[in-house]
Amino acid sequence: MSQAPLISTHGLSKAYPGVKALDRVDFDLRAGEVHVLFGENGAGKTTLISLLAGANMPSEGEIRMHGQPLSLASVSDAQHRGIYTVFQEFSLIPTMSVAANIFLGREPKIGPFIDHRGMRREAARMLAERGFEMDPSTTVAQLARAQQQMVEIAKAFHGDLSVLILDEPTASLSDREVDNLFDFVLRMKAAGLGIIYISHRIDEFARIADRVTVLRDGAKIGTVEMNETSEAALIEMMAGRAISDIYPTVAHDPKEVVLEVENLHAWGVEGVDLQVRRGEILGLAGLVGAGKSRLFRAMMGLNPMTAGSVRFMGRDVTGLSTRRVMEAGIVYLTSDRKHEGLSLAATATENVSIDLMMGICGNGPVIQKAKVRQERAKIFDHVELPDRYRHRAIAQLSGGNQQKVLFAKSFCHGSELYIFDEPTVGVDMGTRAALYRLIGELAEAGKAVVLISSDLPEVMNLAHRVVVMAGGRVSAELNGTEINESAILRHFFHETGASA
Amino acid sequence: MTTATKASFSPLTFVRAIFIRVGVLPFFLAAALVIFSLMSQAFLTTNNLINVGRQSVYLILVSMGQMLVLISGGFDLSVGMVIALSSVVSAMTMVALLPMFPDAIWMVIALGALAGFAVAAVVGTINGVGVAVFGVSPFIMTLGVASAGAGLALFLTGGVPVSNLPVVFGDTFGFGRIWNIPVPVIIALICIALMWMFMSLMRPGAQIYAVGGNIKAANLSGIDTRRTLIRVYVMCALLAGLTGILLTARVESGDANMGSSMALESIAACVIAGVSLRGGIGRVENVVLGGFFIILVQNGMNLAQVSSYMQMVLLGLLLILAVIFDQMRYRMIMGHR
Repeated sequence: MSQAPLISTHGLSKAYPGVKALDRVDFDLRAGEVHVLFGENGAGKTTLISLLAGANMPSEGEIRMHGQPLSLASVSDAQHRGIYTVFQEFSLIPTMSVAANIFLGREPKIGPFIDHRGMRREAARMLAERGFEMDPSTTVAQLARAQQQMVEIAKAFHGDLSVLILDEPTASLSDREVDNLFDFVLRMKAAGLGIIYISHRIDEFARIADRVTVLRDGAKIGTVEMNETSEAALIEMMAGRAISDIYPTVAHDPKEVVLEVENLHAWGVEGVDLQVRRGEILGLAGLVGAGKSRLFRAMMGLNPMTAGSVRFMGRDVTGLSTRRVMEAGIVYLTSDRKHEGLSLAATATENVSIDLMMGICGNGPVIQKAKVRQERAKIFDHVELPDRYRHRAIAQLSGGNQQKVLFAKSFCHGSELYIFDEPTVGVDMGTRAALYRLIGELAEAGKAVVLISSDLPEVMNLAHRVVVMAGGRVSAELNGTEINESAILRHFFHETGASA
Repeated sequence: MTTATKASFSPLTFVRAIFIRVGVLPFFLAAALVIFSLMSQAFLTTNNLINVGRQSVYLILVSMGQMLVLISGGFDLSVGMVIALSSVVSAMTMVALLPMFPDAIWMVIALGALAGFAVAAVVGTINGVGVAVFGVSPFIMTLGVASAGAGLALFLTGGVPVSNLPVVFGDTFGFGRIWNIPVPVIIALICIALMWMFMSLMRPGAQIYAVGGNIKAANLSGIDTRRTLIRVYVMCALLAGLTGILLTARVESGDANMGSSMALESIAACVIAGVSLRGGIGRVENVVLGGFFIILVQNGMNLAQVSSYMQMVLLGLLLILAVIFDQMRYRMIMGHR
C-alpha cells in the first residue's frame, strides 16, 4: 500500500486530429516529493497536467491514484479527489476580495447570509498558515502577480489536498518572490504533499526538485534523480542537442550610430541616454519592470514620452506616432505576440500580407498582389516557416511558429533598426536557434539590432554590448569581455552603476 | 441529420469545411427554400424571386456598410437613424429649393441628395471619432447617436412626412428602369462591385481586416488605426444615407420613421453571412447573399401568411441562432475542440 505512488500514469496518450500531443507516457508521483516536468513548449507538459487536472480526457492509457484506476470527469472532480492545479491563467475574479476568491462557491453562511467577517477571519488564518502576508479584504486586481498566485494557491487548501500541480509558477516573479514560493513548496513537501512542478528554468528548479521527467514531442525521454544529473545533461535530453549549437557566433563590426536617445522620460523610464550602432546587437538586461521594454515602447509611440529626445539616422523622431516611427525605419517586435503581435483568427499569410502592404509592397491604394505573394514566399522561406503552416490560423500554430510569423512581419518594412522585445518567450529550443540566427544575420548585414530580454544566457551569448537597466535608469553598460552573468546581475539592483 | 456520426465521416468533414469557410448561410438558405416552397406555391417562382431581389436592394446596401464596421471589430446601431435623417434632410432640401429653381429640377435633386449624404457623413464622423479617438464602446456610441439623430429627424419634421418632392425624383430613383432593370438595383450592383474591389483589391480594405483582427497588432504593422476606424464609420453612414435617399424616392416622401428595423436586420444579415462579431472576418459577396436571405425569409413568411408580429419574433430568434453558430465557427477556426 505505502509503496504505491500517490498518482501515476500508464501509457497515457492524448491525440488531437492530426497531432499526438502526448504519446504513451508513464509517470509517477510519490508523496512528499517535488517532481519536475521539463521540456520545450509543445513537448506535452501542459497536455499531461491538463489530463491530471481533469481538464481533458485521455485518448488512451490510464491514471491511477494510490494504485486504483481513476477517471477524472472535470477539474472540480479532480479537486474533490485532492488534485489541485494552479494554471498560468489564474481562476481569480479580479473585482472581488482575496477572502471572497478563496471561498468562492463555498462561502460560510449565517442563515441565508454570507458570513463576511467569519470568511475574512478564516481566510486570514489560511493565508498566515502558509506564510502568505496579505490583507484578505484587498481586491485581487490590486495585488501584484506574485500575490495573486498566493491567493490561487490558498484556494487549493480546502479538504484533503494530496497533489498540487504548479504550471510555470515562477514566470514573471522576482527573485525574492521565487524564494518565498520555494520555501512554501518545501514546507508542503515536508507535510507529505506530492508536488508536480512544470518549468523550463533549470537554475531554479534545481533547488527544489527530487526527480525530473523530461518530455520531448509528446513522449517521455526519461526520469532522473535531480542529484544524479546536471544542467547540461537535462538540456540535451530536452532539446536533443548540445547547448553550444543553440547560439550562433555573430560577427561584430560596429559602424555609425543610428539611434541616439537623450534623457528620455516616460512611464517607468526616468531619464535614459542610449546609442545604437549599425552592425551590432545591443542587449538590454534588467528585471521585469526595470524599464528596458518601456523605454522602447515610448520611443515607438506606444506609451507617451514626457521628456527627452530621440534621433534616428539624423532625423528627430521624438514623440511621433507608431506609424511615423516605422516609416522612419524602426520596427518593434512585441513581447506579447498574442495580444499585440498577431491576429489570431487570421492565417499566417494574412498576418504577413498586411505588413507587406504597409511596408515594402506599399505603393498606392491598390494592393500589388503578385508582388506581395512573391515577397511573402521569400520571407516565409527566410524565417523557415514550413509550407503547411502558411495558410493555417495563427491560433493553431505552436508558439515557435507563431514567433516565426512575428519575425516575418518585422521583415516586411525594410527597416534599419530592429527592436526585439523578449523574442523567444514560449519558444522551443529548436526554433530559438533559428530565431537567433535570424537576429545575428541582421546585425551582420549592417542593420542595427536591439535585444531586450529577461533571459540572461540569451543576452550574454548574442549581444556585443549590454545595457543593464534598473528602476527606469541605465545602471551599467558592458562591452565585450565585461559581459558575464555576475557583472550583469550585480547591476540589476544598483541604480547608480559605475559611480557606486 | 443529427444521426451522422463517425460512420459518415467524409460528408461531415465536407459540411464542416463549408461551415468554417462561409458560415451558416448555405444551410439556412437551403432550409428556407425547402420550407417556404412547401408552405406556398407562389414562393419558388421566377417572378417572386426577382421581386425579392428588388426588395432586398436596400437591406443589402445597409448591410455592406454594417459589414465594414463589424469587420473592424465594432458595430453600428445608428444605421436606421441615418436612413431616416438623410431621408428627411434630402427631402426637406428638395422641397425648400424647388420653388426657388423650378426650372433646374435635376440640380434640386442633386443638392437634396448631397444634403442627405452630408448629414450621413457628419453622423459617421461623430461615430468614428467617438469610437476611435475617445474610445467609447461602439455599442454606446452608436446607440447614443441613434437616439440623438432620431430625435433630430422628428424635430425637423414634427413627425409629419415631407411630401411634394419633385415627381421625377421618385420616377427615376424609386421606380425608374434602365434596360428594363430597376434603377435601385443598378445602383446597388455598382455599389456591390465597388465594395468588392475595395475590400479585395485595395490597401484601405485590407487594413480594415487587420484592425478588426487585432487592433494593437495593426498599429504595430504601421496602420493608422484611428483613421481606419473613422473611415469605416463614415462609409457605413454614407451607405445608409444612400439607402435613405433611395427609399425616399421609393415612397415619394421624407419620413423620420424610415429604417427603424434596419440596424437589427443588417447585423442579422451580416452574421448569418459569416461576418464575425469579433471582427476581422467577413466577405462582401456573402453579405449580399445574407441581405437577400433576410428579405427572402420575410417574403416567404408573408406568402405563408405569418403575421408581422410573429415575423419579428422569428427574425430575433434567427439572429441569436446565427450568433450561436458564429461562436461555434470561431472556435473551430481557432482550433479548439
